[in-house]
Order: sequence, then structure tokens, then C-alpha cells
Amino acid sequence: MYTAADLKKGLKITLDGDPYIIIAFDFTKPGKGQALYRTKMRNMINGTILDRTYRSGETFEPASLEERQMEFLYKEGTHYTFMDQQTYEQVIMEEETVGDAKNFMLENLKVDVLLFGEKAIGVTLPNFVNLRVTQTEQWAKGDTSGNDSKPATVETGYVLRVPPFIEEGELITIDTRNGEYSTRVKG
Amino acid sequence: MNSRGHNLVIRAEVIRSIRHFFELNGFLEIETPLRIPANAPEEHIDPAHAGRQYLQTSPEICMKRLLCRGHKKFFQISHCWRSNERGRRHLPEFTMLEWYRADSCYNQLMNDCGELLAHIAQDHHCLKGMPYQGQQIRPAAPAERITVREAFRRYSAREMDATLADGSFDECMVTEIEPGLPWDHPVFLTDYPVEHAALARVKQQDSTVAERFELYLGGLELANGFSELNDPVEQRARFMEANRRREARDMPPLPLPEPFLEELGSMPASAGIALGIDRLVMLFCDTTDIDSVVAFTPEEL
Repeated sequence: MYTAADLKKGLKITLDGDPYIIIAFDFTKPGKGQALYRTKMRNMINGTILDRTYRSGETFEPASLEERQMEFLYKEGTHYTFMDQQTYEQVIMEEETVGDAKNFMLENLKVDVLLFGEKAIGVTLPNFVNLRVTQTEQWAKGDTSGNDSKPATVETGYVLRVPPFIEEGELITIDTRNGEYSTRVKG
Repeated sequence: MNSRGHNLVIRAEVIRSIRHFFELNGFLEIETPLRIPANAPEEHIDPAHAGRQYLQTSPEICMKRLLCRGHKKFFQISHCWRSNERGRRHLPEFTMLEWYRADSCYNQLMNDCGELLAHIAQDHHCLKGMPYQGQQIRPAAPAERITVREAFRRYSAREMDATLADGSFDECMVTEIEPGLPWDHPVFLTDYPVEHAALARVKQQDSTVAERFELYLGGLELANGFSELNDPVEQRARFMEANRRREARDMPPLPLPEPFLEELGSMPASAGIALGIDRLVMLFCDTTDIDSVVAFTPEEL
């Protein structure tokens, strides 16, 4: 149990059954008056932002969150299934919750799944993943148009800009934090 | 030197300026013990324990006893401790300036505040104004006096008495009144409701308010002053009421400062004020973060 005095930026609490992270916090105390804790918090499942003011003495349930390494097994409809390889426990995450991560996930990729109780509420990818280019225009030698990049589609269906020399069938490294091309994987 | 290092230079200049002002005006600089058996019990101030005693939450108890002993004009710059107060404008250990005047009332203290601000501004070469958070503020400008009741009429949709009745006075103060106050010149918010003025004298013309004021500048609450209550029976009753309110909120009651209560009957009509030096320095350093005007925060120790 937390009390209002424990509130600070980054603290995770449970409110109405959902996990929230405090994103802004201000301690105020007028004159000789009562301490007030003004907070801004983000719902860790749906991203909703809330403003709440608390008084000293109020108490909060911590949000019991756990990050566990799991393997992405498969996708069925809008459901993504992950498995803990130690316990063989499986969790299912909605496509909406997976978010942009779906652009970089191939089956058997090891990821960190964020669990709120039993519920999977987020996924963290490795910073870099390798994906094969399935479609891109041929680089015309002697092209003087000055373009230093061209669009390419990778095996997850994700489209990004790559240097002109990348060809179909090549393996490239993508930075999952910004979704940009990083390097070509040789060999 | 980084900006925090430079802020310590400004801090030293401000404190030097304060000492000079009080010296010029005939105040005696005094020191009183920091570790004491009892503070003035307040509903919303939690003292830090020091063995079987407490660290002072304010030097007021000892300073008021000096008034009882005949001292007329004196000041002190000392550290104070208030548990669980930590934020962008609060440190659990901070530096307080307090000054007292015998044979005086809160009006004189407001005059002192104006002159003190002007004196520091002059030493700081900003009599005409200085930048604070992208705006021009004028510490030396004539101060505006607004009663708390009037401030509620101006800056809140609610009446002061309604917020007292439902316990939302403090919240309204923080969310509506303080943000509404003028920024660029000193403002005195005066005549607080009696239930929010534990050691202040009740105003003769209106017994629902006390002769207490707060000084604001640049959106910062800088000082709290009042005409001193010198009725020991009434003072004891208010301390016990504060303890009752604490117990109602599951807070431990606090011991009463008995020698102070014994001597209080001999206190002349007096006035005293506490000013947060860290906050004042924040203005002159153009910062909203109290951490950047002290050498160390508790988290850095």
C-alpha cells in the first residue's frame, strides 16, 4: 500500500482496476494548510490521461506489474499469442495492445511481455531485429535523380525507406525504436 | 561554474542583503536552539523527531519567548524541518527568516516586507524589475493588499465561507486563488479565516478572520506573518484543537510548549513573520525548482 506521501513521477498504482503510471507530480501546501498532491497519470492499458488531486493520508494499491521474457508464437485474427519458455504458460494480447510492435515480430521472436496480474498489457522488442525484404524496386544504375532512399516491404508487411542498393531477398536490420533501416546483414 | 553553482552565489548575496537590511533597521540578530521539546502543534505540520525531542518546524516558540522577556526588534535565519514536505517548492529541511516586533501589528510587517524586497532588489541592481520565467517582475514595486475573502470573489466561483464549510478551502486556494493572483508585483493576501490562523490575533472589526497575511510574488508564496495572539488561555485551546484535529486524522498528537504558554501572558502586542529564504532566492535565480538553489537536496545525501 502506498500513501499520498509516496506519490512521485514514475510510480505505478492501481486505480479502478487499471494500472496507471504517474507522469507528472506536484506537491503543494498553501500557507499552513493541508498538503495536496496534484498528479497527472496515464492508463497503462489504453493510454488515457487523468488529472487527480489527492490529500495527505489517502492510500493507493501498487500496480503489480511484471515483465517476463516470452516467445511470440503465432497470430490468429487479432490475437497474438506469446509463451513463457520456462513455464510454457501462454498469454494472448490484442492487436491494439501490441501496437506498432506487430511490424517487427516474426514467429519465435523473443520479446519482453508486460503483465498486469494475469493480463498482458504491453510488449517490448529487442532494439534491433533482422527482417527479409520481400519487395522493392530495382536500383537503376546511373540513376541521377538524387534519391538516396527508396521504399521496401519486409516479410511482416511493414514498409520503410532503405538505401538504393538494397535488393529483394536481402536481410536488413531495423531499429525497432524508430522503425528505421539500420544496416544490411551480410552473407 | 554550472547554473546551480551560480545560484549559490546569488543565494549568498541575498542572505547578505537581508542581514544588512535588518542591521540598518536596528534589529538584533539572534540564535535559538534548533532541537526543542515541543513545537507549536499544528494540524498540517509534522515535526521531525530528534531523539526524545523535535527539530524546530519554525523558530517561533523561542523567538516569542524573547518578546516576553522584553526584546523589541530581532530576527533569525535558521534551518527548519517539516516531515513529508517535498516538491518543487518544498524541502523537508529549509532555511527560514523570521523577524519579530514588539508593540506592533501585522500592518507594520507588511511595510517591512515591502522595504526588505526593495532593499534586496537594489543590492541586486533590479529596482526597476527583473526577468522571472519569461516575464518581468518588480520586487520593489508597491505591494497590493487583497483580503482572502475578496480574493475568493475575484478568482474563484465560490465564496470563502462555502469552501470553509465543506473543507475545500485549501484546495481552492491552490487550484484557483494562488494561480489567479497578480504575478509581477508583491501581493499580500490578508485576513485569513480564524480556523486557518493558529497563532494569530483575531481582527477586532471582524471576528471571523485573523490578522494574518501571506506574501506572494511571481506566483510563489514567500512569507506568512501575523499579529501575535497573546492570550495564553485562548492559545492553549487552539493547540488542543489542533491536536484534536490531528487525532481525528489518525495523526499523533503533539506535546504542548508549556514554558511558552506560561510566559505568553507577559507578551506585549507584537507581530512576527516567517519568510522562506529558499523561495526568495528562487525568484532572484529565475528558477521554479527549489532543488537548484540549495547546495544539497536530501536525496543527494
